[in-house]
Amino acid sequence: MLNQTDMATISDGLVEDVAILALERITKTFPGVKALSDVSLRLIPGKVTALIGENGAGKSTVVKILTGIYQPDGGSLRVDGQPTRFPVPQAASRSGVTAIHQETVLFDELSVAENIFLGHAPRGAFGLIDLKQMAEKAREILDSIGAKIDPEHKLKDLGIANKHLVAIARALSIDARVVIMDEPTAALSHKEIEELFELVEKLKAQGKAILFISHKFDEIFRIADNYTVFRDGQLIGDGSIADVSEPELVKMMVGRDVSQIFPERTSNPGDTVLKVSGYSHPTEFEDIGFTLRKGEILGFYGLVGAGRSEFMQALFGITRPSAGTVEIDATPVHIKSPADAVDHGIVYVPEDRGKQGAILDMPIFQNVTLPSLGRISSRGFLKLAEEFKLARDYTERLDLRAASLDTPVGNLSGGNQQKVVIAKWLATQPKVIILDEPTKGVDIGSKAAVHEFMAELAAQGLAVIMVSSEIPEVLGMSDRVIVMREGRMVAELTEGDLQPETLVRHAAGI
Amino acid sequence: MLRRILRSREALLVSAIVLLLLLISSRFPGFVAPANLANVFNDTSPLILLAIGQMIVILTKCIDLSVAANLALTGMVVSMVNVAEPGLPIAVILVIAVGLGTILGMFNGILVWKLAIPPIVVTLGTMTIFRGIIFVISDGKWVNSHEMSPAFKSFPRTDILGLPILGWIAVLAVIGFTVVMTRTTLGRAFYAAGGNPHAATYAGINVGKTQFWAFTISGALAGLTGYLWVSRFAVSYVDIAGGFELDVVAACVIGGVSIMGGIGTVAGALLGALFLGIIKNALPVVDISPFWQLAISGGAIIIAVALNAQSNRGKGRIILKRAEQAT
Repeated sequence: MLNQTDMATISDGLVEDVAILALERITKTFPGVKALSDVSLRLIPGKVTALIGENGAGKSTVVKILTGIYQPDGGSLRVDGQPTRFPVPQAASRSGVTAIHQETVLFDELSVAENIFLGHAPRGAFGLIDLKQMAEKAREILDSIGAKIDPEHKLKDLGIANKHLVAIARALSIDARVVIMDEPTAALSHKEIEELFELVEKLKAQGKAILFISHKFDEIFRIADNYTVFRDGQLIGDGSIADVSEPELVKMMVGRDVSQIFPERTSNPGDTVLKVSGYSHPTEFEDIGFTLRKGEILGFYGLVGAGRSEFMQALFGITRPSAGTVEIDATPVHIKSPADAVDHGIVYVPEDRGKQGAILDMPIFQNVTLPSLGRISSRGFLKLAEEFKLARDYTERLDLRAASLDTPVGNLSGGNQQKVVIAKWLATQPKVIILDEPTKGVDIGSKAAVHEFMAELAAQGLAVIMVSSEIPEVLGMSDRVIVMREGRMVAELTEGDLQPETLVRHAAGI
Repeated sequence: MLRRILRSREALLVSAIVLLLLLISSRFPGFVAPANLANVFNDTSPLILLAIGQMIVILTKCIDLSVAANLALTGMVVSMVNVAEPGLPIAVILVIAVGLGTILGMFNGILVWKLAIPPIVVTLGTMTIFRGIIFVISDGKWVNSHEMSPAFKSFPRTDILGLPILGWIAVLAVIGFTVVMTRTTLGRAFYAAGGNPHAATYAGINVGKTQFWAFTISGALAGLTGYLWVSRFAVSYVDIAGGFELDVVAACVIGGVSIMGGIGTVAGALLGALFLGIIKNALPVVDISPFWQLAISGGAIIIAVALNAQSNRGKGRIILKRAEQAT
């Protein structure tokens, strides 16, 4: 198979190399969204290809197509030049394609050797698993990648870096030829990253093709041979990393024609509502401080894992900070639980609205009033008429259409469930609303509606904190932006400095 | 609205119970005589009381296996108090029973809340501990009818308007807890904490504390039932109500309480208990061996759970607009 060459693929600059795995003019559409449009990607043996793009650029869709989880709507997939399909993930795995995910998918309670060989363990007498041989083979593979891990240990006893190594060992045990690494360094320390890079060099030397997905430009320039840049589901550029500079890559990644239109706002901030100083947590973030005024939208930008959501959860009382103070309307407050936060007028609309937002078996009206029960009860007894009125007021305000407020939320469509969650928080009459990735997983049409609504809230005098990883959204909606990196505030940018390149530089630390 | 009520699980159970009664009365008309029905209700009252408490615990995604042992321990303590101090008024006995039951329930609740131990492990442990304590304090001896004071024994049997006090207590509990579950913030918290603990946390509800209160209520009801039980049967020993916790869980499951939490009503717990109570009382009448009773109860549980699973399987996600309008 390796000796076969397909002349058709030798058309661009990378003439001498035949891709082990190639995507050609792939298109993938989801209802309402075109996730990928006419993109190509080539993975060459012995080379590291960096896949670069913002959140929502289509990187994970590509990974899912390469591993047989999604089927492309158009275009072709070639293995060693031969057109192929991966109708199921096992087909991709048989062709030697393996992915190591951000949150490595392994089994905590099994031993390292069992994790490596799950599904293809060496068999002994009577078809039983040959434990001794399995441990030996596991040790061989681990040695070959220079990992000092005992194959008999349970996986849960290993650190995150070693878990990555086990995942790589597993990839090698099934004779992988293509290794996809999806942000492998996100949770690793500096030293661990160095060790990982040494391993990547070894894999290269063995002739594996590696797809390396990362936001960090220093890593990309350090390790990649080729690059491919996606933006909004389209191929923007590719080539050899030696022929491109960092600013050029940043520009390709973010430089866009304004493809989304954001609501016109005249920002007219009022008095300071919220003042946070010196907020710190033992492991998650340090020394966060800012002020927020009425009618203002404050964006929080950063890479995944920069500590933004962690900080918001502490501000909302879900976790406890180790130091720092919060003032609301110039009065110091202590927020020890979410109930305190709601009492002081801070509400938090979490990222995962399905899991953390609504109670599906509960009727609409009970969901809406849940955080406001204190206000519509006396001595623990609910005033049902007031409860119904509160629920009706806020569902009507959001134009929620349902036959009856008695309907369980689980019977509503996704969009309407979202409205219930937002109505729930507005019903508490908050001063500060924290929206965590408000448009994640939302199609473009609904995105505009969410943005409209955010602008309207700010116009009504609410102070809005928006955590977002989407640069256009951050730029289009915020009056000010705080950039976080590795748990610290690295920049506070106001109108004049709000450029895509500036955001990316600060977030990535370049 | 009417259609929803008719389609509810409670309506289904009521018709199952009516059907069951019709079936029995076709052979033994005497079974459905008001006096006998009152008798059956009275006999089922301990199950109803415990099922209400268990329903609240299950709502919060927990389970309380220690209810029967709590009942037995409280029953033994009040019997021994009665033997030692026969003159104590019944009001004091009731306070002791409810108070001790509450403390035992709180003990479960604290372990679940503060130490985050899985409820099934906690209550399996305390179940054994409670039974062990009975043995220690009683030396394994029985407290028999002749040792108990007449007032102690007669209280739950006192007849008011054709129903003994035991039955009236169950009626009051059903009414009281219906109000708690539908009209108070605590009741709402039980549903929220079990329906989606994450969402409840974000809404400012302390899920662990809510579970603590559920165990406390379950314990209080078990303690109350402990006194009623030993006085009605006029005997107390280590093994009373042995295995009764399973009947209690069964009553909840039959009554449509979701073992995954978040779904259940007092009416459901009541009907589930009545269903089991009627079967238990009817089988000897229609001359079926009591051994069959267990098999029939078991069958009823499986059918109930299967029906639950069917109705919870869902109709898929609602994407079509007209489907949403129709709900």
